[in-house]
Amino acid sequence: MPTVSVGRDRLFAALRRVYTQEEFEKLCFDFGIELDDVTTEKAIIRKEKHLEEDGGADGDEEVIYKIEVAANRYDLLCLEGIARSLRIFIGTEATPVFKLSSIPNGSMLQMHVKKETSQIRPYIVCAVLRGVTFDEVRYNSFIDLQDKLHQNICRKRTLVAIGTHDLDTLQGPFSYEALPPQEINFVPLKQERHFTSDKLMDFYRSDMKLKKFLHIIENSPEFPVIYDSNRTVLSLPPIINGAHSAITLKTRNVFIECTATDLTKANIVLNTMVTMFSEYCENKFEVEPVEVISYDGSKAIYPDLSCYKMEASISEILGRIGISLDETQVISLLNKMQLQAEPCPSKGGPRISVSVPPTRSDILHACDLAEDVAIAYGYNNVPKSKPKSMTIGGRQPLNRFSDKIRAEVTRAGYMEVLTFVLTSYEENFDMINRKDDGNKAVIIANPRTSEFEVVRTSLMSCLLKTLKHNIDHPRPIKIFEVGDVVALDTSRDVGASNNRRLAALYCSSNSGFEEIMGLVDRIVKIVRAPHITFSHPYYVETSEPEFFTKRQCKIVTSDGKQVGYLGIVHAEVLRKFGIPDPCTFVEIDLEALL
Amino acid sequence: MATRDVEAGLLAHLSTNAEIADSRSFASSLGVPHKELEDVIKSLSAFRIVESADITKETWVLTDEAKGYAARGSPEVQLVAAIPPEGASKAALKEKLGDVVFDIGMKAAARNKWIGFEKGNKDLVLRKVEDTKDELQEQLKGLENGEAVAAKVIDDLKRRKLVTKEKTIWYSLKKGPEFVLKRKTLATDVTREHLKSGDWKDLEFKDYNYGALGQPIATGSVNPLLEVRGNIENIFIEMGFVEMPTNMFVESSFWNFDALFQPQQHPARDSHDTFFLKAPATTTQLPNDYLEKVKQIHQSGGYGSKGYGYDWKRDEAEKNLLRTHTTAVSARMLYKLAQEKPFAPKRYYSIDRVFRNEAVDRTHLAEFHQIEGLICDYGLTLGDLKGVLEDFFSRLGMSQLRFKPAYNPYTEPSMEIFSYHDGLKKWVEIGNSGMFRPEMLLPMGLPEGVNVIAWGLSLERPTMILYGIDNIRDLFGPKVDFNLIKNSPMCRLGM
Repeated sequence: MPTVSVGRDRLFAALRRVYTQEEFEKLCFDFGIELDDVTTEKAIIRKEKHLEEDGGADGDEEVIYKIEVAANRYDLLCLEGIARSLRIFIGTEATPVFKLSSIPNGSMLQMHVKKETSQIRPYIVCAVLRGVTFDEVRYNSFIDLQDKLHQNICRKRTLVAIGTHDLDTLQGPFSYEALPPQEINFVPLKQERHFTSDKLMDFYRSDMKLKKFLHIIENSPEFPVIYDSNRTVLSLPPIINGAHSAITLKTRNVFIECTATDLTKANIVLNTMVTMFSEYCENKFEVEPVEVISYDGSKAIYPDLSCYKMEASISEILGRIGISLDETQVISLLNKMQLQAEPCPSKGGPRISVSVPPTRSDILHACDLAEDVAIAYGYNNVPKSKPKSMTIGGRQPLNRFSDKIRAEVTRAGYMEVLTFVLTSYEENFDMINRKDDGNKAVIIANPRTSEFEVVRTSLMSCLLKTLKHNIDHPRPIKIFEVGDVVALDTSRDVGASNNRRLAALYCSSNSGFEEIMGLVDRIVKIVRAPHITFSHPYYVETSEPEFFTKRQCKIVTSDGKQVGYLGIVHAEVLRKFGIPDPCTFVEIDLEALL
Repeated sequence: MATRDVEAGLLAHLSTNAEIADSRSFASSLGVPHKELEDVIKSLSAFRIVESADITKETWVLTDEAKGYAARGSPEVQLVAAIPPEGASKAALKEKLGDVVFDIGMKAAARNKWIGFEKGNKDLVLRKVEDTKDELQEQLKGLENGEAVAAKVIDDLKRRKLVTKEKTIWYSLKKGPEFVLKRKTLATDVTREHLKSGDWKDLEFKDYNYGALGQPIATGSVNPLLEVRGNIENIFIEMGFVEMPTNMFVESSFWNFDALFQPQQHPARDSHDTFFLKAPATTTQLPNDYLEKVKQIHQSGGYGSKGYGYDWKRDEAEKNLLRTHTTAVSARMLYKLAQEKPFAPKRYYSIDRVFRNEAVDRTHLAEFHQIEGLICDYGLTLGDLKGVLEDFFSRLGMSQLRFKPAYNPYTEPSMEIFSYHDGLKKWVEIGNSGMFRPEMLLPMGLPEGVNVIAWGLSLERPTMILYGIDNIRDLFGPKVDFNLIKNSPMCRLGM
């Protein structure tokens, strides 16, 4: 979930009310955001520099609220949006109506899209904010919102990248092109000299912030670039803007362009930018459109600030919540969530028509309306009820069987441990003298560390490792685990299947070979059933490398099927695990005994 | 004389005499060493059968060296007596008397001028007196016999390390409040002999030390985390839930994400949150009709939904992973349920492992257990969800609940569940819940009007709180603490 830092006093000024922290937390809780932390800029700097309390850090003592917001509410990623949503929620403001300014024919700004962009980053949408008044706080919020959008919906600029420019430094019409890197030459933001874009990529390879984005275009033969009519570079998306058109506190007219690989998200991002900051325009909530003209001649005007219309029946909305209200009440609750609605004619029960503003891209279905009504009504005011259907409880036979085996092994004096399914390649194979034939184990593609390379195919190394960590425990040590191993299995849709195993390990000054056999004898005795039979002897000698020869065997049922194996752990294996005392290990396939 | 007889003799004596003034003389009258009588006195005193008063005396006793002198005379006298009239060589005297007596005797005899040497032959010792008076021997004998000796003499003997001080204790005795002529012997246990002989009738037990622990017993023990799992399972079963088969750790992105209406660009699908697989890398067997509906709902919507409006890719859905939640299994179960006609309401639960490619610390593991419950029926409401959560969590000892709006791609409405924690004096988040989205249920083929209410939480967090454990690795993983497993109390959740 994204976290947004806002100045407390600025926020309360925007809410036109001063709250105690407790009151504000309550408001957040009801609305569905969370006051995650309360700090100051000074404290943040101190923390970053690892300074002591009251150490000589610069910075403001203004109290900062860190607010956690829902991941699909892009309109809550800045102070302007949070304050506006809360004002509407508490009923001190109505939802604004966003509109496009009317532009005389032929004077609308244009963006021409060249064909080559379709190979690398095919979409662009643009808008203009006229007569904006920035101050330092608004300016910072404007920059932070772009950052937050880039981190979240833009998936680190892969899906969408935002560029904002001082329109008065530029001359339309604009063009969105894709050119060989060495042909793009400009002074990038925060630099003072020209770079060709291929050289610029090398230059940014050591830039902590920008190097993360280079991979998006660096392997492409052509880089996307935006020019104005004087061939001034606006930006090299999704990497960097040009220095020429940089926004300052004095900027009055802002040109916003969003380039993208996903048009739906580009629109959401552009709409979020303009609906938040048109608040500071000379004509509040008015946005100037830009015409985007494709190489194939098709034209579109952005931003699209139209409301999304939905119809829903009152019973569909309230039936999901479990409350009864009339249409007017439902409409006024929706209003608190920025949704305009009106009754619409219907033959059946009452229905409403809802207008979803461009700020609420998260509303997809009538169930989203139900949630908003429930939030506005108060989750904690919804009366509790009980589902009426009668159902019968029950368990999976395998799990029930496993529990009976666990209880039996515990009664036999063994201590139950619980180990990880993920392990290292070395532990699963080499350390227990086993070879990987390549067609057994599930292999992780992206392990963070060697501990997560492979899914265990046996519990043996897991128990030996557990023993090693508790090697000072008084002897004899008797531990067991009932758990799943996973093996490749082409008969399953996913290509792998779990197998439930019982494993037990005995360790003392002697191997306990007969102790473990005694445990197996007990298991054999209790699992006997008409379909599970054993005949004497059910131990058949084996020669596996993880055990001493002549002290290992497999366990077979009367129809000759192997259901388990045991043996005195080989000295070489014990040495690899750092275990000084002899051990006997047994592993049994419980599914075969079910 | 046996101890029993000593005790009998002592008690018999006291029953007719008022007291025994001196235990030493009484011991010699019985003909036993004082030490033996002393043991009997201590035992009888402890039971207040006799009352004893200590009598202590400090006496000077002879060292072993001094005892020799008391018997054979002082070294100088022994030396002089050993010299024949014609004199003797030093070597001969040394051999006769031993090194110690010779050395000390030579010095003292020379000082007393009892001996001399032949001129020109320092080796021949001559006797110069006929008669010697042995004062030292007399003093030592006197001390040995308990005669009074002058303090100056004692000082002299002390300096020569011939005497040491010794404390002696003896007792005066009289009847105690519990005086009996013959005391009963106290039993520590009941034996087969007691039962057989009928002795148990007169059996009186020695006091038992209830402060001592019993014998440690050899026992097995269950893992507390799984103990808690068992109790929570019971709560589900009591509430009519049937367990889902969750024994499949490998899952496809399709069932883990796409079927749940989780878009393909969702951050949870990033490799730094999810374990993707090299082998088996993909799932190729997916139900095609259903897959087509899932693709439609993501790309362009349907069933009253707008959809996400992006280009859905089958490749992305085929990628295998270790399931990030058991909801993947819930999706399979609901899809299966949707194919069964006519529809029947269900309550499902599961508690099993899920996997997250995240950094591991004291409270977070890369694999942990997810508890999940869901109810599927016509007309279920958010109010029903609140009611079921109250039933469930009150059985876990959390009856004060609050709900906060939250976001989850596959539930709407979604609620975070908070419970008031008495110890921490604040509301803590204990789980997540919600109603599955129609975009998830309708493509499966569930009838219109059927809703699913569901909730989930981890097994580890409540267990840590319940057992006061601050490091999850004490319970789960190879570094488990054997003593913690062995000594944990039983889990009483839901009892």
